[in-house]
Amino acid sequence: MSIQFWTFLIVGISFALYIGIAIWARAGSTKEFYVAGGGVHPVANGMATAADWMSAASFISMAGLISFMGYDGAVYLMGWTGGYVLLALCLAPYLRKFGKFTVPDFIGDRYYSQTARTVAVICAIFVSFTYVAGQMRGVGVVFSRFLEVDITTGVVIGMAVVFFYAVLGGMKGITYTQVAQFCVLIFAYTVPAVFISMMMTGHVIPQLGFGAELVSDPGVYLLDKLDGLSAELGFTAYTDGTKSVADVFFITAALMVGTAGLPHVIVRFFTVPKVRDARKSAGWALLFIAILYTTAPAVASFARVNMINTINGPEMAGTPHAEAPSWIKNWEQTGLISWDDKNSDGRMFYSGDERNEMKVDRDIMVLANPEIANLPAWVIALVAAGGIAAALSTSAGLLLVISTSISHDLLKRNLMPNITDKQELLYARAAAAIGICVAGYLGIHPPGFVAQVVAFAFGLAASSFFPAIILGIFYKKMNKEGAIAGMLSGILFTAAYIVYFKFINPAASVPENWLFGISPEGIGTLGMLINFAVALVVNKMTAEVPEDVQEMVESIRFPKGAGTASVH
Amino acid sequence: MAFENKEAARAYWRANLKLMLTLLGIWFAVSYGFGILLADALNAIPFFGFKLGFWFAQQGSIYVFVILIFVYVGLMNRLDRKFNVREDDE
Repeated sequence: MSIQFWTFLIVGISFALYIGIAIWARAGSTKEFYVAGGGVHPVANGMATAADWMSAASFISMAGLISFMGYDGAVYLMGWTGGYVLLALCLAPYLRKFGKFTVPDFIGDRYYSQTARTVAVICAIFVSFTYVAGQMRGVGVVFSRFLEVDITTGVVIGMAVVFFYAVLGGMKGITYTQVAQFCVLIFAYTVPAVFISMMMTGHVIPQLGFGAELVSDPGVYLLDKLDGLSAELGFTAYTDGTKSVADVFFITAALMVGTAGLPHVIVRFFTVPKVRDARKSAGWALLFIAILYTTAPAVASFARVNMINTINGPEMAGTPHAEAPSWIKNWEQTGLISWDDKNSDGRMFYSGDERNEMKVDRDIMVLANPEIANLPAWVIALVAAGGIAAALSTSAGLLLVISTSISHDLLKRNLMPNITDKQELLYARAAAAIGICVAGYLGIHPPGFVAQVVAFAFGLAASSFFPAIILGIFYKKMNKEGAIAGMLSGILFTAAYIVYFKFINPAASVPENWLFGISPEGIGTLGMLINFAVALVVNKMTAEVPEDVQEMVESIRFPKGAGTASVH
Repeated sequence: MAFENKEAARAYWRANLKLMLTLLGIWFAVSYGFGILLADALNAIPFFGFKLGFWFAQQGSIYVFVILIFVYVGLMNRLDRKFNVREDDE
């Protein structure tokens, strides 16, 4: 049976499953819509958080990026997991005890200020939109490659499915669909990895195969082989990086802190019944995320060895293009692989110096991996379904943040405080629907800078929300003037730096011009430090925090008496 | 006030901060320490088929992160019980 048949079958079954769950888990109240009624089991919440967190970028692009970056890929691996330690230890339990629905809720109440709330709402909406556009694009790419429909049709199908369960089910529907999506995506990610690990190293577990000897070269470790190939072909050794130590440090920190400041991640910890469940839930979430994040670097190294061997041939003399395997021809048609026969010998050659004749797009590594390793058609179809599950689950979570920000933070808490629960729910659904349409539009007509804005989203979250929340919990004398001044200076500094080097003057973005050698990806860390410093200085010079706010801070520091998340 | 007196509240918070900072110290050491700042030095040490610094950066730190959170959960539950601030099972 063909790949296309299997893809239709497996993607179709997974869609039917998501829709079935959505009908079963409809939301009847704002509380169910915003935080799933606050009654989700910590393990289920951990799975949902993991699916929410692992986007199309994690699933499709990350292993490919690592494959080309080698050691430097660790910034993503540590950056996108280490933030959960900060969440579990410093944020989640206290925010759960606080017991409202959103991050702007916390900022607004803790700093007794509508201005602070408004700043937080705008950041939350901006961060979420930049993210969701990329997700819709991911859905479109997977559809177009595996189902041979065009990207627009792919995006529209994806929109329709998300619309159905996000608008109908709110957080409740999303949470339970995400549990199913996690299972689909983690199965789809690990199955090909296990097959390839067995073929190359004889180990069933890819994390062990990563550090094992090659079946084809007994006595030679995979990573040593890869370092040897890299040296021979003019690349930096795989286990060394090209980035400076300072830059790796700052990028890792920006991604970690950004993770802990992202509204769609934080809101997850409002959905569990108790404070101790919020702690536990973060642990489960990271465990489930770690399955993919420790497999990815193994997949990256397998794929790189496989790719170099296929293109350059066993003798490193180049494989004749006429004999190229079908996956090279398939991906050439999409333009993501191209070959330019510079020395006119009819043979392909891949290297890091002037001998190179190949252009290989990083994004294809995970999708092409099963084909490279000659795995059966159903495995390839499974990977397609996994990629779609990753993209859908993340978009749904983000759309919920957008709709909650608009209906709850902006309308109910700011502009129209007198609307009823029913009306608020209606507005939330309408906002979700509009959000999907905007996201879909951005997915079909992506602004040229989707990749760059990711750095933006993490930088902004790191330099704005994180210090304000940390100070709000651990320093009860922090006042509104300090917090607002800190958030604004952190955000403005970070945004200005990124905008300058990414959009205004990209040619100048070289290490010599960077402040302290920190790239725009890592500048959020410096923005965060500025935020802390400004907040503390301004705090010293302005009025003391009201007594009742200090008491509120004391009360969120211990679990007893949390109750479920509530509107008032 | 859930605590018996102010001193208990302060002692609970101090114990909580101490635990948090200890675990964050380990968190910092495995990722920023072993995985980044000391990676080059540790790479001289072979660890199965890996160089040790590379292993911490791409595998080891992630395993330690997971363990840290579950240790925190366990120790905090014990602390909550000791100070009688655990949420009642409703």
